[in-house]
Amino acid sequence: MTDTGNPPGADNVRPATGSEPQPAAESRPAAESHRSMTAELQRTLDSAGSAVARAAATDLAQGVGRAALIFVATVLAALVLAAPLIIAAGSDPITAYGALYDGSLAGQRPFAETLVSMTPLLFGGLAVAIAFHSGLFNIGVEGQLVAGGIAAGVVGIHMSTWAPVHVLLSLLAGAAAGALWALVPAALKAWRGVHEVITTIMMNFVAFSVSQFLVKPGGALEGEIPTGTEPVQSTAELPRIWDPTRLHLGIVVALIVAAACWYFIYRTPGGYRFRLVGANPVAARFNGISSNRVIVEAMLLSGALGGLTGAVEVLGTHRRFLDSFSPGYGFDSIAVALLGALHPVGVAAASFFFGLLRAGSTQLQLEADITRDMITVISGLVVACVAARLLLSRRAARLGRGQGRGAGLEVGTRLGQGD
Amino acid sequence: MRGITKRYPGVVANDAVDFTVESASIHGLLGENGAGKSTLMKVLFGLTAPSAGTVEIAGRPVVVDSARDALDLGIGMVQQHFSLIGDFTVAENLVLGSEPLQRGGLLDLDRAAADIAALSDRYGFRIDPRSRVGDLAVGARQRVEILKALYRGAEVLILDEPTAALAPTEVAELVGLLRRLRAQGRTVVFISHKLSEVIDLCDRVTVLRGGRVEGHREIGPAERDDPERHDALAAELARMMVGHELPDPPERVDGPERGGVPVLRLSAAGDGRRLGPIDLEVQAGEIVGVAGVEGNGQTELVEMVVGVRRCRAGSVHLGGTDVTRWSVRRRLNTGVAHIAEDRHGAAVADGLDLAHNATLGFQGRPPFSRRGLWLSLVQMRRLARGVVNRFGVQAVAVTDPLRSLSGGNQQKLVVGRELSRGPELFVAAQPTRGLDVAAAAFVHSELAALRRRGAGVLLVSLELTEILALADRIVVMSGGRIAGETSPSEVDVTTLGRWMTGGGAVGEPEAAAAGAAGAAT
Repeated sequence: MTDTGNPPGADNVRPATGSEPQPAAESRPAAESHRSMTAELQRTLDSAGSAVARAAATDLAQGVGRAALIFVATVLAALVLAAPLIIAAGSDPITAYGALYDGSLAGQRPFAETLVSMTPLLFGGLAVAIAFHSGLFNIGVEGQLVAGGIAAGVVGIHMSTWAPVHVLLSLLAGAAAGALWALVPAALKAWRGVHEVITTIMMNFVAFSVSQFLVKPGGALEGEIPTGTEPVQSTAELPRIWDPTRLHLGIVVALIVAAACWYFIYRTPGGYRFRLVGANPVAARFNGISSNRVIVEAMLLSGALGGLTGAVEVLGTHRRFLDSFSPGYGFDSIAVALLGALHPVGVAAASFFFGLLRAGSTQLQLEADITRDMITVISGLVVACVAARLLLSRRAARLGRGQGRGAGLEVGTRLGQGD
Repeated sequence: MRGITKRYPGVVANDAVDFTVESASIHGLLGENGAGKSTLMKVLFGLTAPSAGTVEIAGRPVVVDSARDALDLGIGMVQQHFSLIGDFTVAENLVLGSEPLQRGGLLDLDRAAADIAALSDRYGFRIDPRSRVGDLAVGARQRVEILKALYRGAEVLILDEPTAALAPTEVAELVGLLRRLRAQGRTVVFISHKLSEVIDLCDRVTVLRGGRVEGHREIGPAERDDPERHDALAAELARMMVGHELPDPPERVDGPERGGVPVLRLSAAGDGRRLGPIDLEVQAGEIVGVAGVEGNGQTELVEMVVGVRRCRAGSVHLGGTDVTRWSVRRRLNTGVAHIAEDRHGAAVADGLDLAHNATLGFQGRPPFSRRGLWLSLVQMRRLARGVVNRFGVQAVAVTDPLRSLSGGNQQKLVVGRELSRGPELFVAAQPTRGLDVAAAAFVHSELAALRRRGAGVLLVSLELTEILALADRIVVMSGGRIAGETSPSEVDVTTLGRWMTGGGAVGEPEAAAAGAAGAAT
């Protein structure tokens, strides 16, 4: 650096006017974009030289490699830690994991089942991840997916229109209902400071009760089977895409939405605002980003994704709304988001892993003769391993301060850095 | 400490450092940001293990593996960032980790409080063990930290830049306290980069530069009392720290450039609580310094100008336009730039990388964003690299997280980012807090350059010397109002002091603020 700190040419920073007060200054209005902004900004940009963009590709490769390594290590650690418990349950790990493999990857049907379970987990994981990026903990995906499922079911049953339009409208209705369900926590958080963990959990119970109320015998959506509605019209169904399995178009929609989320988070000013509010809401405010607005936007977007989770399940897998159709996808989504390090690609990988566990659980029970609840144990261990990793890297960062690559205090900011 | 070497990957933070402190003395440790002061003290306090070298206490080599080891050896450390729990009382904070128990295993807080009160009285701490830490002013919290170290039996106290966050009156109180500690046989290591404080307080000083010992100096009463020798020593130490002569303070350019155009005008502005009513004008081409004891409304004033705090009475004008109801974003777009007084709190996100931090405030405009749909990482990195190059930030890659930079370099990044807005009004709140001499000189020359090109600068600082060196006009805040205005040429320190302490509210910001709230309602 120049130690006088005086950048060369600071005297004529405004070449056009020199250092004279500008004649027009007297009447100069506070125009919202003023003249010297562009000039100064350009000067700074010009100081950059040319070798800026080059490092990006290697950075990306390194980042991806590192993230993949962490992901695999976390999953393996959880599987190893689960081994003693499997033995305690009266089986042995090799048989058990063999059974998991048979039920989830060995052949067309198991693999399709894995993808079927992966679909809602991917939507839900994205919902949780988006909220996390903005520093919000949305535990309400389970409720939002119920709300989304109801709305998608109603539109699917009662509208009649051209198939692609019908599907699209049903999905949008689901997203809107999920967003609506997240609106209450969002508003309470933004304007009253009520913590979203409390309100999203409470909204879950409201959703469960509303669902029961609607489909119970005599309820507004009563169908020919108990605890379920009429089937949706065939025009509203997400088509099956891999005969003879029940894999449906939802997985494709989910992957497209994941790509869109990636783009939004890392490549748009809106995503930048989300991440900034998540990283430091006060700094965001001082730089003209309304954190309240971001809180509402992020929560609504997260809720919409939560609503889509339910809509896709209803339109693709069940073809009707069923009360308690979700075996806890909304809660598993939290584990998915954490294992995926909040990055859409990671979330996709994590949802595949959790989908695999879920699809393999039946075979686990049949072949290894241990309860399928063992997969809940494994999920829990995955979350524990993620937490342990964050703790470890935080400690490492504290010991070797100044080495970069440090770990943040907040899960959200910590996990949300890469792209 | 002999031959202490500490290597981090790519950096040697300490290179064969010998450091000896005599008991019952105050030993200054001087050096710029990144000179290795903190690393050396972390080795001594057991927070990090040296790559080579030994630590000896009273001639015997010891191994300090943890902070607990250090405490057992009688070494206590007060970090820059306090580790107190705001909701606990002083006594509860102090016993944390070594709780005194009654028979039956119950916590004996009464005994602890009595012990602490006795300790506090012995050295004149003026701390009530039963007050809640969250209610105390910064200076008092720091005394609690020192008290905590003493309560744990520290004979040697390491203070890491203890005056960085203190108001002048609080500094004076700390100096008195440390002298009393020395008189009672305790030893103090005083880390700082403020030369005059070190000269006034320390018996001996060691200067570090680039991880090596640059030299030792004894400081006698002659240097303290004779202004000429004081200045000569300060210049010598500054040379040792920086490695060359310090730049002169930026030249004052008065007169022609000072147009009569107000870039900022507050008319009877107030937030209805702690601030106001305030009448204040900043003209194009002038620096207005805001002095005062911390907590007298300066923070609120800055927040109101930037637009984070709502102006509930009066009005705020920027360049002739009424912006009282404008959002922060609109105000920034009219050419307001802002250095936040709390860098970590309000200016940066230290988990995000340099590129994201450099773009903060620019995120919605070209070339970083196209129609709000696309964010250009390449342009963001280009901006960060530009700030790094143009303003001499020491950084490796713009994709590193911000926290990998030292505090001074983070501040340079913030200053560079804000200058890149090409501001008409530059609001600088404590712009040199925690910066070393060279970095502070950099900030000062940038502020002077802004004035030269006709921008208005509102400089809020707790350091009078900074304001006296830079400002064209000085206003003093007390109790959320402006207590008086003067200019550096006719400044009278007694008057300033009276204005600053107006109504005997010295060091009692709560009382002052309460007074202001009462006055405003």
